[in-house]
Amino acid sequence: MMRHEDEVVRRQRERARILALLLGAFVVLLFFITIAKTGMNW
Amino acid sequence: MPAIEMTNPAALPADWRDILALTKPRVMSLVVFTALCGLLVAPALPPLVLGFTAILCIALAAGACGALNQWYEVELDAKMRRTAKRPLPAGRMDRQSALHFGVGLAGFSVVLMGLATNWLAAVLLAASILFYVMIYTVWLKPRTPQNIVIGGGAGAFPPLIGWVAATGQVSALAILLFAIIFLWTPPHFWALSLFVRSDYAAAGIPMLPVVKGIEPTRRQVFLYSLPMAAAAIAPWPLGLAGPIYGVCAIILNFVFLVLAARVLANRSTDPAQMEPEKHLFAFSVFYLFALFTVLVADRWIA
Repeated sequence: MMRHEDEVVRRQRERARILALLLGAFVVLLFFITIAKTGMNW
Repeated sequence: MPAIEMTNPAALPADWRDILALTKPRVMSLVVFTALCGLLVAPALPPLVLGFTAILCIALAAGACGALNQWYEVELDAKMRRTAKRPLPAGRMDRQSALHFGVGLAGFSVVLMGLATNWLAAVLLAASILFYVMIYTVWLKPRTPQNIVIGGGAGAFPPLIGWVAATGQVSALAILLFAIIFLWTPPHFWALSLFVRSDYAAAGIPMLPVVKGIEPTRRQVFLYSLPMAAAAIAPWPLGLAGPIYGVCAIILNFVFLVLAARVLANRSTDPAQMEPEKHLFAFSVFYLFALFTVLVADRWIA
């Protein structure tokens, strides 16, 4: 049987990892959006 | 998954799979597909990364709508077999988290759309979210059997937004793409609601077969299929699409109308014997994918 606290920590770690990946992807996306926007006359 | 010692699952932070399920990924796939088609048939294509961002924003907005819909309808979902295992009614997630997630995702998608493409696309995206959540989910769905007709407008936004994200303006073909999905929604959902009407009745949702009965619903399915077919074929005679699209649209709409006529002719009230309804529902999904695929192919091949 897994303890309640262990399950809380496991889920928090899993969510933190996914959030970090998403934030990293967002930064990369913003970089390329900036490059694309500065290269055009919008 | 290992068994855990707990009495209240909602006290746990939600599992990421449940957060993902909140966005209704299957519905999102159709939204992404139609939005992508709207973008690809536009006369001017944006840079790849901006096009990608536009589709991402539309997908995120659709996910936000799914989350807010499930947040609002948790009691209804608990009453229906089809939806009882969703994260909120099953107690795997608390309501407030779903609300925060939905509102946050909606705001993020609109702002990113405005910054990356143009603010007309962002305004349309915001309007589609508000339309789906406020007008469809909160106002119409629990009150009128015409809920699907108006609610279809929310589902019809994605190709229009895709087009506007690419061009910065609304044009005739974009409005026709909107009209096709708007008119496709009633026969699609009413075909489904005919063979799962007991679920809707149990949940107290006034779907047409529950309120008006089976025969009027079958008649409406067929009647709505007629303007839908006209809107779907219209881009060809109007010169907005070529003959590849025109011929395929005629074939697809002919099959749709034949299946709708079979629904009209069916007299069975037993869901087990509603094969015509099940066939129409299944074909209607294929129909939309095929019609939009052909439109894109016609634009790029012709």
